[in-house]
Amino acid sequence: MTFSPELEKRFADLLTHYPEGRQKAALIPMLMYGQDEVGSVSPELMAEVAKRLSIKVIEVEEVLGYYSMLHRKPMGKFHIQVCTNVACMLVGGTELYDHACKKLGLAHLETQKGGNFSLEEVECIGACSWAPAIQVNYDFHHHVTPEKLDTILAGCK
Amino acid sequence: MSKLYNEPSPLEVKVVSKRFGLENSASIETYLATEGYLALKKAIGMTQEQIIDEVKASSLRGRGGAGFPTGMKWGFVPRQLDKPKYIVVNADESEPGTCKDRLLIEFDPHSLIEGILIGALAVGAEKGWVYIRGEYRYLIDIMDKAIAEAYVRGFLGKNIAGSNFSFDLYTQTGAGAYECGEESALLESLEGKRGIPRIRPPFPAVSGAFQCPTILNNVETFCAVPPIIRDGGKAFADLGIPKAGGTRLVCIAGHVMKPGVYEVPLGFPMMKFINEVAGGLRPGRKLKAVIPGGSSCPILRGDECDLNMDYDSLAKAKSMLGSGGMVIMDDTTDMVKVALRIMRFYAHESCGWCIPCREGTTWLRKMLQRVTDGQGMTRDIDLIGDLAKNMLGRTFCPLGDAAALPTISIVEKFRDEFEAYVAKNPLAKNELVTVG
Repeated sequence: MTFSPELEKRFADLLTHYPEGRQKAALIPMLMYGQDEVGSVSPELMAEVAKRLSIKVIEVEEVLGYYSMLHRKPMGKFHIQVCTNVACMLVGGTELYDHACKKLGLAHLETQKGGNFSLEEVECIGACSWAPAIQVNYDFHHHVTPEKLDTILAGCK
Repeated sequence: MSKLYNEPSPLEVKVVSKRFGLENSASIETYLATEGYLALKKAIGMTQEQIIDEVKASSLRGRGGAGFPTGMKWGFVPRQLDKPKYIVVNADESEPGTCKDRLLIEFDPHSLIEGILIGALAVGAEKGWVYIRGEYRYLIDIMDKAIAEAYVRGFLGKNIAGSNFSFDLYTQTGAGAYECGEESALLESLEGKRGIPRIRPPFPAVSGAFQCPTILNNVETFCAVPPIIRDGGKAFADLGIPKAGGTRLVCIAGHVMKPGVYEVPLGFPMMKFINEVAGGLRPGRKLKAVIPGGSSCPILRGDECDLNMDYDSLAKAKSMLGSGGMVIMDDTTDMVKVALRIMRFYAHESCGWCIPCREGTTWLRKMLQRVTDGQGMTRDIDLIGDLAKNMLGRTFCPLGDAAALPTISIVEKFRDEFEAYVAKNPLAKNELVTVG
């Protein structure tokens, strides 16, 4: 499996970050950055990362099954993550999530046909003082109302 | 990047947030122009004991949530041990209500680097990692850029600032797990494993990252170190109150007019903070409840909030100062729904390692859901409280307690709301039948 030169450089760099013999520590960053490029933690990506770190694929599976940001299947091109945790809930986060479900025709962790949008109800994303908050992929949006969400979605092209 | 998220308040005392809002505040030029890296140069001329003593004199306590005295923590590192020593920064900010470390890295990453370097000098560390939660990808980019700048200017790498001190620093991304904010789970995650807690002792000071002595502190804790070394521990301590020195960032969210992140001295009056710094409640509303420092703290009733925001005052009120994440609830708030939402979070985030936490959070979530759906039984109310109490102190890490404590306090303090929900169920009072 080959990656872009930027990602190859990032991987090579990562391997120098840890004490001798402890390169398994690069596993989670490699899966995260790899997923960003490949679209998901595919079986090929898992096998490739395992090979490069000289670990067993089951060790990759262990990690993949634990972390909520690692996905076996590709999310949409725009992954809409709506926080409904307590700070967001108090100021309309739940209603915002319901609105997103209706608007996109999706439920938690579903992806639209064609793969443009996917939706996730997420736990606290660290934007409590500017709630309700969402993330579109890695971008934060604060003080989001249903109307503002419509505008954000319309801009996802 | 210099746009602030909220207007500052004139009542703030800015120490760690003093560069927030400056033009290009994250750049090394701005940092050097505003007393940046002066503390490092001073620390290079100090002995390890002198640095640790200065941090002790500041009475700085960990800003991540547990509030452990930082100087004492650093003092636990066995400096003579013939093993490499490491620094790990906990930037896995994920306690609901908390959004302050995000601003420190976004606006002032070099103060974090300088704090890390002083910590490294204090214990003889050679390498460090800033573990940043995966959702904060943009902060990883900011931090990587700041680290690269520091290497170019000779503040990282070999022979730092012309001395014989060398140190390497890296960022490490998380991948979505609240549990990894717990120090030992974070270390597991850093080593490329599932984020499950380790049994302690040994504590990270003796056996931390890669089984070597490690200082592990929150972002804000490290950011407070440069001003402490530069201006002296006493100057920092004097900003706060005895046993809790300095200032801290408080995030305020929920039903207030001016939610935001503000820096105030330890011991600042809570009601003054809510009413004057955060603009008070919405017109015509009354204060019902306050989460004082992240959702794992026992909740305070509105009439219990006439106290000062420091470790001892909050402990006296049977709650905690926690991570500085305050959530304000007015009289429109449904406390049963709050309890349910908090428990949904902990059930989702329990790593599954300890049975009382894994099963307890799931059962509590189901019971709270049943009550919220109008299908609760009268006995469920006591059962929720009892089950939560049985989780306390029975898990490897504090997540079990974090789930139990707010639940116990909400059931105790707002029992009438649970009773009102249960009253919707015509079969609520059916007694258990003993068969045979």
